[in-house]
Amino acid sequence: MEYNPTELLICVASRQMEDRTSAFIGTGIPMLAAALAKKTHAPELAVVFEFGGIGSLLELLPLAVGGSRTFYKALAASSICDAMEAAQRGLIEYGFLGGAQIDMYGNLNSTVIGDHNHPKVRFPGSGGANDIGSLCWRTISIMRHDRRRFVEKVDFITTPGYLNGPGAREKAGLPAGTGPYRVVTDLALLGFDETSRWMKLLAVNPGVTVEQIKENTSFELVIPDRVEENAPPSPEELRLLREEIDPGRLYI
Amino acid sequence: MKVLDTGRGELFLHPRPAADREWLRKNKSWALKDKVMDEKEAIDKFVHDGDYLGTELYGTVRCPMSLAREIIRRGKKNLRVAGQGIMEIEVLIAAGLVSKIDLTYLGYEVLGLSYVLRRAAQSGQLKVVEWSNAALAWRLKAAALGVPFLPVKSMLGSDTFNYSAAKVVECPFTGEKLCLLPATMLDVGLIHVHRCDVYGNAQIDGISGFAFELARASRRLIISTEEIISTDEIREYPDRTIIPYYLVDAVVEAPFGSHPGEMYYLYWRDEEHLKQYLEASREPHTTEEYLRKYVYGVKNNAEYLELIGGEEKLNYLRSLAKGR
Repeated sequence: MEYNPTELLICVASRQMEDRTSAFIGTGIPMLAAALAKKTHAPELAVVFEFGGIGSLLELLPLAVGGSRTFYKALAASSICDAMEAAQRGLIEYGFLGGAQIDMYGNLNSTVIGDHNHPKVRFPGSGGANDIGSLCWRTISIMRHDRRRFVEKVDFITTPGYLNGPGAREKAGLPAGTGPYRVVTDLALLGFDETSRWMKLLAVNPGVTVEQIKENTSFELVIPDRVEENAPPSPEELRLLREEIDPGRLYI
Repeated sequence: MKVLDTGRGELFLHPRPAADREWLRKNKSWALKDKVMDEKEAIDKFVHDGDYLGTELYGTVRCPMSLAREIIRRGKKNLRVAGQGIMEIEVLIAAGLVSKIDLTYLGYEVLGLSYVLRRAAQSGQLKVVEWSNAALAWRLKAAALGVPFLPVKSMLGSDTFNYSAAKVVECPFTGEKLCLLPATMLDVGLIHVHRCDVYGNAQIDGISGFAFELARASRRLIISTEEIISTDEIREYPDRTIIPYYLVDAVVEAPFGSHPGEMYYLYWRDEEHLKQYLEASREPHTTEEYLRKYVYGVKNNAEYLELIGGEEKLNYLRSLAKGR
């Protein structure tokens, strides 16, 4: 079956989440990935929106992280402090992130390009990203894969990844055992090397070569001997995405 | 506790819980007093040039827009803002009334970035101090607790911390590093709610965002409400009261007060108007045209609702709201 790159990206992201866990969800791709996971392998994935929507069925696509659809037919409509404090207590497994830049340690920039006080480009700012990247156990970043976004060093660390290497998060005081887990792009699935904390290629999308990944990344990736290939979206995944999850084609 | 690191961002208002206690005792009242007034009177009485102002909720949701438009018409300037709201904060910036902002996020999520923030920050017109979402909510929580700071595990190790006004200390109990967030007691807070009585007992349906904290972290508090209900009705469902009357200084009746944003269970956001606004906000002169037409061009919220399409439009937005 024909599919577009966004559909594959959503499928790959959804496959990263285990059933009977919790995920901090933002608007856009992460929401579709969570909805797909719930309709396939993870029906009891609890979605948490940062302003207090907890346990939504995601029957209607939210347009804003504080919008009514984040708690439509949910299990609880609570508050930002409640949601964020659950993450701080260690209750939220996955957190989704994005940004204008990502570096080899998974640090993310969604604040400024250039000098902070006289920025060349001003982006929206942290929002909940810094909290999610600090407090969730495993974070998954969704990125477009190109050299401008995959940079040696981000202009501004809005959200901490592994900072400047092994042990740096713990040294800074961030909760132990937390950090970047996966990066899902329009070309590949990446993870992080257990020892060096460098970003590592895990799998390429069908038709994409390892060479292409290197060309589109400004820093050196860890490339294992064996690189998997991401399975294309199954007919069932595509049907769910197109007919049930995003029938209005808002995102896909 | 030894301070190990300090963010270089400006602290707009130093925590002063002792002074706040005195101020609140003197200025807040437990008397059951009718506080109903219109936007003009509320803004004139309780918002002043240079105020440190905060709003609730977030994005295009339950925004106190009728109050923000009135602040623009009254020309309150040089405002310092704790910015977790989006729409209502953006129009204040667009009107050139904000000099400094405690920022977490200003953008439109699915609809894209904020042109107004870009221009204001890139030109240096707006001074920005960085925080995370939870940090801004927790800063209000600290003020609500009546303490000068709250220790958390967010923001550590990041530039968000470096450009904030937070501090890192060693925990006297565990020895671990903690980020200390300074309490934010606002000069004035604005919250839009579903219903409220004349004294200010206010109820919110759906997620409560950080209304609980902001209401308790505001020296002066203006509530705008979709409807004013009787105190007897409040007494039927006291468990729904998130903001009790003694915290409130003004009650403003503002049906569709969140427009073009949404109000849970009552009306959906006005996509058409939002897109029109975002298009206008691309350039300074079209932004001004928008403000001239929709803010300066009307006297009050009722005239605004006529201008955006009147009853027909409002019924349409009502019809899009999802029930429980």
